[in-house]
Amino acid sequence: MTSSLEEPVSSKPLASARQTLLRNSLGQMVVRRILLGFGLLIAASMLIFGGVEALPGDFASTYLGQDATPQAIANIREELDLDRPMTERYLSWLGGIAQGDFGTSWSNRNSVGDQIWKRLGNSLLLAGVAALIAIPLALALGMVAVLYRNRIPDKVISILSLAAISLPEFFIGYLLIQFFTVQLGVASFPATVYDGMGLGERLATIALPVMTLVIVVLAHMMRMTRSAIMNVMSSPYVETAELKGLSALRIIAEHAAPNAIAPVVTVIALNLAALVVGVVVVEVVFVYPGIGQYMVDAVTMRDMPVVQGCGLIFAALYIVLNMVADIVSILANPRLRHPR
Amino acid sequence: MDLAASRRDFLKGSIGAGLLLGSGMGTAWAQTEQAGTPVKGGHLKLGLDGGSSTDSLDPAAYISAIAFCLARSFGDHLVESDPVTGKAIPSIAESWESSDNSKTWTFKIRNDVQFHNGKKLTVDDVVKTLQRHSDEKSRSGALGFLRAITSIEGSGNDLVVKLSESNVDLPLIFTAYHLVIQPNGGYDNPGEGVGTGPYKLVSFEPGVRALFEKNKNDWRERGHVDSFEIIAMNDPTARIAAVSAGRVHLINSVSAKTVPLLKRAPGVQILNTPSRGHYTFPMQVDKAPFDNNDLRLALKYAIDREAMLQTVLGGYGTIGNDFPINSTYPYFPAEIEQRSYDPDKAAFHFKKSGHDGPIVLRTSDGVYAGAVDGALLYQESAKKAGIAIEVKREPADGYWTNVWRAAPFCMSYYGSRLSQDLMYSTEHTSDSPANETNFKRPDFDKLIKQARVEADEAKRKELYHAAAVMVRDEGGSITPVFNDHLLAATKELKGYVHDVGNDLSNGYVASRAWLEA
Repeated sequence: MTSSLEEPVSSKPLASARQTLLRNSLGQMVVRRILLGFGLLIAASMLIFGGVEALPGDFASTYLGQDATPQAIANIREELDLDRPMTERYLSWLGGIAQGDFGTSWSNRNSVGDQIWKRLGNSLLLAGVAALIAIPLALALGMVAVLYRNRIPDKVISILSLAAISLPEFFIGYLLIQFFTVQLGVASFPATVYDGMGLGERLATIALPVMTLVIVVLAHMMRMTRSAIMNVMSSPYVETAELKGLSALRIIAEHAAPNAIAPVVTVIALNLAALVVGVVVVEVVFVYPGIGQYMVDAVTMRDMPVVQGCGLIFAALYIVLNMVADIVSILANPRLRHPR
Repeated sequence: MDLAASRRDFLKGSIGAGLLLGSGMGTAWAQTEQAGTPVKGGHLKLGLDGGSSTDSLDPAAYISAIAFCLARSFGDHLVESDPVTGKAIPSIAESWESSDNSKTWTFKIRNDVQFHNGKKLTVDDVVKTLQRHSDEKSRSGALGFLRAITSIEGSGNDLVVKLSESNVDLPLIFTAYHLVIQPNGGYDNPGEGVGTGPYKLVSFEPGVRALFEKNKNDWRERGHVDSFEIIAMNDPTARIAAVSAGRVHLINSVSAKTVPLLKRAPGVQILNTPSRGHYTFPMQVDKAPFDNNDLRLALKYAIDREAMLQTVLGGYGTIGNDFPINSTYPYFPAEIEQRSYDPDKAAFHFKKSGHDGPIVLRTSDGVYAGAVDGALLYQESAKKAGIAIEVKREPADGYWTNVWRAAPFCMSYYGSRLSQDLMYSTEHTSDSPANETNFKRPDFDKLIKQARVEADEAKRKELYHAAAVMVRDEGGSITPVFNDHLLAATKELKGYVHDVGNDLSNGYVASRAWLEA
């Protein structure tokens, strides 16, 4: 739902810029990549601001509802400086962000920045724990699938992962709640975390949403690992390795895996971004106070500073993760540094 | 989106709690569930819809069910309303009297009340509270009710309020949940969450959770549980899962469609309370073809109210009679004949109106759960009268800005108001911004104004009868059903009080219910 806001920011511009940038030394390339990222972020901020402005309905009438009087609406509009032209408001918002000030929420006057960092922390905890479990598991399962390709373990892994990909995440969430909370009564629900909760208690509380996220991203990463390694496995140098009598495990680990890093890292980065940005639905299902839910709340209230702040953070996350994936791919594969 | 709809739902319904100006017509259904000896202690968990990360603790900004419960738990109001009769009863004000034809009101303020921060409550705190909410520049949700106030003063132990026009309902207006009495009226720190209520606020994270503990220095005996928390749960499925698994004791905003399923869960009870909320099909009487009263009557006869009640509300509601008042209000004109589905009469009036061609009805999933089903049902019942209704679905997002009050015929609803006066003043008087049918009739406005100042109960009832007939037979609103408040609770929860005022036992659920050990 809300992720449509950051769709314009894809990795495409980065990819197309790749050719020209690669001529330069690695350091220079990284710097240019970062500058480009900034440019993208500015463009994203314009899209976000413009998009939010274009939303139907305004804050004053949403906030006051049916009992709104023209007087009260005018009071609020004046208080929020909504009479100023759009470009002026955009520039002052951007200026604030440059100084680390995300402004204050229109509805409760709290600092948007404080809330964003706190909520982002919660979302990152959820996404981080899910990633810690999902990434090693995906890589290992991918390798196992290759090792036993076209045999029973590979087929079982394929069928299960395809099934997991086909189920929408909220449905997986509901299934887990039904099974572990309602039927067995073992898992904690709702997964509401709050200030003053210890780490252990937090981890126990978020078990179900983490499990949901792991199921959602695991399959994708696992299948990508499998196909990337399979691709490499069919290349001549692997055949050579086989012919000189290396064990299958050594071939995969020493020769095939390093060459498969680039595509796998890209998929992992995209999935990490999806974990942070896409947890919105999972957060709502599990009543988890992350940044996604913060943004959804703000959209329904037309609380613009909050929507814009969250949108920008999501865009920045996407850009940074894609950038890191690009840089890691280039580092891992020296050939990409010397294009013909 | 769901959240928007539910917040709006509350907003539309909230402002006042019960009205009943002294009539003694208390409704019989108000009652306490499973009376017995209350058990003291325990920790109550409420999983409520309508919380948002952008919520504030400032009572002036309250709009959701969560804020409603918050206000009723940590705060006190000048006046409360009786759960059964809806009449004004003492709270911070121990008594009151009016003079000058209900234009000057004197409230005697208790002098034994202490705020949670240890400060004693004074008349000045009350004066400042009312001043803050009634200020022209205020963002308070209660501002609209306080417009007639011309002066607020303290005099010894008394609060003196002067009005520009008589209003016999003033004490009921002071039950509005925004008007929590705060230290210095909340001018110093409106969001500090300090009040005089039965529970002290321990922590509050907007849109996440609020935790309360018993106020040991309460000025009167109330509240059974030691502590309670409200968890903001906006996802309907999450709420249902939480209550079926016993992880929370009570949830709100239960959809009628899920009630049969919930009833099968072993540890769950359904709590339904008749409400003042109602669904409407507003026709704008100043726009063709709805400027013709015969066409309006045709459309009023063409709706199958009973089918709407059963299909859209699963039977959890009551039939409406095209005026916005039901038996939960005092002075309800029960003697007015119930209008029912009559395709022949509808066809007669439709023909008489001379209109030809389909009638466009705009609707959306965002109006209320089942609104689109309701529209299609209406289309079917009207077809039998030879009236073609074209149902046009609009996006839920922006519906209340782009369609409601803009399109000549759409779907809408209202929540409860404190009194008939406030209900009509929202829905049908000329000067109301929420007058969705553009029904502007000086003679109607005059009736409502007369009823507002009429101290004689019999005369007042006559005036409200005349107002209801006028709206029913000449107004632009089709009001087919009134919806019940639907809650689900675990069976451990006892002593739930069905309050005529509003949902969640008029917000007092935390201090009225108890948990069976």
